[in-house]
Amino acid sequence: MHNECSLVSTSSEHGLLSSQPVAGLMESFLSRNRNPLMLLAVVLAQLLGLAVQVRRPTADNSSHQTRLIRYWVVSLISPFERVFLFVGHGVSHTWDDYVDLRHVRAQNQQLQAELNRMRLEQSALAEDARQDIRLQKLLSFQQNYISKTVAGHVIGTSGTDLSRVVYIDKGFDNGIRTDMPVITPDGVVGKIRAVFPHTAQVLEINDQTSGLGVILTRTRLRGILRGTTDGRTEITDILPDERIQPGEQVITSGGDQVYPSGLPVGVVERIVPDPEQNSDVALLIKPAVNLSRLDEVLVITQTQDTVPSTMQQDVSTSEQRAADVLAQRLPGALPPPDVGPDGKPLNANSPPPPVRPPAPLHPDRFTPGATPPADDLKPGAAYQKQMFAPQSPANGTTQPGRAAQPSTAVSKPTATPTSKTQQEPQN
Amino acid sequence: MSLLYPNSRREMEEHRFHPLVLILVPLLAIFFQAYLPLRFPSVGFLNVPVLVVIYFSVSRRSPIGGTLLGMIIGIIQDALTHLPLGVNGIIDCILGYLAASIGLRIDVDNPGTRLIMNFTFILLASILHVLILRRLLGIHEQWYGLHEVVRAVVNGLIGVVLFALLDRLRQRQ
Repeated sequence: MHNECSLVSTSSEHGLLSSQPVAGLMESFLSRNRNPLMLLAVVLAQLLGLAVQVRRPTADNSSHQTRLIRYWVVSLISPFERVFLFVGHGVSHTWDDYVDLRHVRAQNQQLQAELNRMRLEQSALAEDARQDIRLQKLLSFQQNYISKTVAGHVIGTSGTDLSRVVYIDKGFDNGIRTDMPVITPDGVVGKIRAVFPHTAQVLEINDQTSGLGVILTRTRLRGILRGTTDGRTEITDILPDERIQPGEQVITSGGDQVYPSGLPVGVVERIVPDPEQNSDVALLIKPAVNLSRLDEVLVITQTQDTVPSTMQQDVSTSEQRAADVLAQRLPGALPPPDVGPDGKPLNANSPPPPVRPPAPLHPDRFTPGATPPADDLKPGAAYQKQMFAPQSPANGTTQPGRAAQPSTAVSKPTATPTSKTQQEPQN
Repeated sequence: MSLLYPNSRREMEEHRFHPLVLILVPLLAIFFQAYLPLRFPSVGFLNVPVLVVIYFSVSRRSPIGGTLLGMIIGIIQDALTHLPLGVNGIIDCILGYLAASIGLRIDVDNPGTRLIMNFTFILLASILHVLILRRLLGIHEQWYGLHEVVRAVVNGLIGVVLFALLDRLRQRQ
């Protein structure tokens, strides 16, 4: 009986427990932890309210304002991302710079050859560029040149496909400001959207809130490149034009006052009907930069309307180096080395003397130096045949092994008396 | 297999965790969600913070706790984007509440149940996401049905493994 009673009481207790409403459980929980929960809820609510409502200006004191909570979260997350990036780069740099050095010598030679070729090309293009600048000045055309950039590492993303933003490890303290363009050597990445003291948020060009003024290089059509919800880039509101073909390059137009003109953006991938305007087409653009695998980026912190001094130095250096490269390919174009009286180079490391054409065996009136100076000639006087003396170098040195040949040559001509008189000064 | 099959006798218990676990695991989930896509872009397919919200809500079986946890994690997720704060906050707190409510009623320690639950919740999160963007923010977000279903399946499978790992962090009563 006792057992039965206990069983009944136990089952009834379980039944009570299982049928106890959730509100009751919560009430007991709240009553047991009322004080700390109340404190936590009040503090948390105030913190959240503060964080959501308060907007503080960005680090560069621009018109953009950022919610306080964004500062907090970025300040909390970015140190971890920096540590991971630092460790990852340390390992990869150790491996790349000290261990994995196979084929480096061959690659170095290949790059050197490529550099020489590029210098030749740059030298050839320099004159065109100078002419372009002169014409732009004549037309009062404002052109912005990139004069200063800051390199940054990408340390994080938004974590969602809906927001195509990345974070870089450079911020206000590094000179980064909002709306500065972000690029890589391949092309445009996006622009700075928010600046924190040591971090900055970059809005990529494939975000759906992004807009970028572009121009098609061949057809010179202008448009606005926008991101789509699925992370692609497209130019909409384009009138159908048969000249537009896939593969055409797209560059920045500079009209948006954010990006300097001429930066590569991508290439036309496909031409599709515009979903919003039936009469128009949309161009799907393949970005020049792989936006899903960003590592290092450059933030353009300064532009100017004249060619930067560094670029001028690069061009002049390229022209000089191009001359050197050409001189190596054309031995006759080498500058005269420092040679002694015996014709041997003074410096052992200096290149050998250039090869000169041999002295003529039979000098004639066309031989360089054989024609008398214009002061010695009289107007209207008959041309007199001359004795041709052997040529001697201007510096008084003779080339070894060649001085004896002309002397035998001068004995042959049938000299007239007048020609003898002209020969006297040389004797 | 024992990893995937925790002791189901304790299915109706309210599992407890060390406070550090409750703080660090969500932060780690958010961190990896933000950092890993840099190295592995396909990781963006996952939604680890939502899986963590579901797990803790189900385990603690507290609708209010699940709501608060979902709100906090969601707002942190929003803060990393350039979108208005609250999109993921609303989604995650709804999911946290629902997950905690379900955890009070059914056995959620079974891997099969977890798979179905994760699949359903991730799909629900996608639907809520599109609804909030379209109705509240006026952003025309495309809905790719098959893509979202595949995403829900993948997240469901990942969630089963993740839940089994997180089971190891429970405190024995």
